[in-house]
Amino acid sequence: MFAMIIRRMVQLVFLLIGITFIVFMAMHIAPGDPASIIGGPTATKTDIIQIRERLGLDRPIIIQYLDYLNGLLHGDLGISFQTNRSVAEEIWIRLPNTVNLAVASVIVSILIGIPLGIISALKRNSWLDVFSTTVSLGGISVPHFWLGAIFILIFAVHLKWLPVGGLHAPFWTPQGFKEIILPAITLGTGSAAMTARMTRSAMLEIIRADFVRTARAKGVKERAVIWVHCLRNAMIPVVTVIGLNFGGLLGGTIITEQVFAINGVGRLMIESISARDFPMVQGGVLLIATIFVVINLLVDIVYALIDPRINYD
Amino acid sequence: MAEEVLRVKDLEVQFKTAEGYLSAVRGISFNLKKGETVCVVGESGCGKSISALSIMGLLPANGRIANGEIWFDGKDLVKLRQDEIQKIRGNDISMIFQEPMTALNPVFTIGFQLCEPLRIHQNLNKTVAAKKAVELLKQVGISEPERRMKQYPHELSGGMRQRVMIAIALACEPKILIADEPTTALDVTIQAQILDLLNELKQKFNTSVIMITHDMGVVAEVADRVIVMYAGEVVEEGDVETIFNDPQHPYTQGLLASVPNVDREQEELTAIPGSMPSLNEKIEGCRFHPRCPFATEKCKLQHPSMTMIGNHKVRCWLKGGQVSDDNINSQRDAL
Repeated sequence: MFAMIIRRMVQLVFLLIGITFIVFMAMHIAPGDPASIIGGPTATKTDIIQIRERLGLDRPIIIQYLDYLNGLLHGDLGISFQTNRSVAEEIWIRLPNTVNLAVASVIVSILIGIPLGIISALKRNSWLDVFSTTVSLGGISVPHFWLGAIFILIFAVHLKWLPVGGLHAPFWTPQGFKEIILPAITLGTGSAAMTARMTRSAMLEIIRADFVRTARAKGVKERAVIWVHCLRNAMIPVVTVIGLNFGGLLGGTIITEQVFAINGVGRLMIESISARDFPMVQGGVLLIATIFVVINLLVDIVYALIDPRINYD
Repeated sequence: MAEEVLRVKDLEVQFKTAEGYLSAVRGISFNLKKGETVCVVGESGCGKSISALSIMGLLPANGRIANGEIWFDGKDLVKLRQDEIQKIRGNDISMIFQEPMTALNPVFTIGFQLCEPLRIHQNLNKTVAAKKAVELLKQVGISEPERRMKQYPHELSGGMRQRVMIAIALACEPKILIADEPTTALDVTIQAQILDLLNELKQKFNTSVIMITHDMGVVAEVADRVIVMYAGEVVEEGDVETIFNDPQHPYTQGLLASVPNVDREQEELTAIPGSMPSLNEKIEGCRFHPRCPFATEKCKLQHPSMTMIGNHKVRCWLKGGQVSDDNINSQRDAL
């Protein structure tokens, strides 16, 4: 297990270098010049050239990239074009909000998805199953921004139960909990739906397994048959889906933060992309990629904890 | 005469299919005495495993007991509630299955799975149950039982897993052990070991055994009495010597003729022509007549009932069969 973690860490380094390269090049190839955005509409040509020089954008792109990599190796994500503050610092301020949102959404997706999937599988072809499968399909199909807007309209504007937006405290505090409910459900719905579907199909398969019959033949109570003997086996594919969904959730935060006016990394990314703030975008993408890879590593570790047949050594 | 521990009466099991309910077991009756081993033989699909699962109350979701009684310990198991039959399963009546490779839960240790029946039925605490489990593993001939307790099924061979299954089944010293083709998936040498073990433990605990098999070799090895099933019915029943030395039903004769025998090297094996009818096939008269070399007109039209011949029972017109009391068979076909 330990050797596997080390191996994956080494892979992570190469992966991240690859990601920085792609993002760096994509940003520089994309149309739009940060210098003219910073200079504003009144800037003269000389002003813009001066800004380009100041930002180092006049140098060959490969040199710029190597310079950036060199900074990274020293733990320096660069300076924002827009705010002139350290990228790391800007991200660091907003990271808690994004992590709050992502984690709360994962919790929502697990709390809704797994029970829904189990009920569906146990009551196969009943109205409950049809209902939950339909809701799941809807959950996967509905876009976040629409769902978020509808939630705000119903629960914040009309019913006034929950705040319209903003996030100022961690989700486990009373204020944070109230603020996170709508965004977390908005973001977690799609992932809950996928989790429910995966749980349903995994449970349906496991329920027919020979060892489940053995458990019943031993006189194990039906509840224990499901929650002890079936669930742990069914969780292996479900954990994969939850891990993969987490990546989707991180991407999803970009839109959800925008809809709910949450000052997080996602929103920072949107602002930075429109402002062509290269270092900020690169820093943000790098962070999200790292989190994604680390989550997947955690998923692999969880596999081994669930299933004794999985051994990485 | 030994006391009777189980009586199955007119058991009929049906499965829900696209064509409605179809009968897989058509009114079988038999009994089981204390310490006796009854072998149920027949080809795949004749309803032998389904009959066993009915006794355990473990029919698949699309199956149901449409008719009949299963008497055990003064209770009709068919009428028991789930929680009542749960107290009997694994405690008074246990079952071991054909496939030891998949019959154990891959994510729990042998110890956990073996302790489960002890903790459920005998209310033993963790330590006491573990102690008893180690004893059980020793009894079924597993070396280093303490270490095995902490191992997972994938770390054990097929034969060892079947031994573990036997240990689980015998944990609460059941009155009846149902073994559904327990040796079919194992190597021949292991097969013999497992059969010996079952025989030995059976004698030790004075357990009654229902052994389901299609292997006449296994029957010869373990059976006291034999029940031959064909297409959901019992076609012949008798003690093991009679069945082997004086089989009456053409199907039983066919089964025995298809067993290879080293003493008759030159002889070609005889196969029973045709195959087991599927559930939805409608058969008038004797259910075996389409494959029977001796079938007469009567066999094609009327369903025979079980008739006593000497000390065994047979369902065949050629052996003095009688008309089935009720024309139940054609009624079922009409369903």
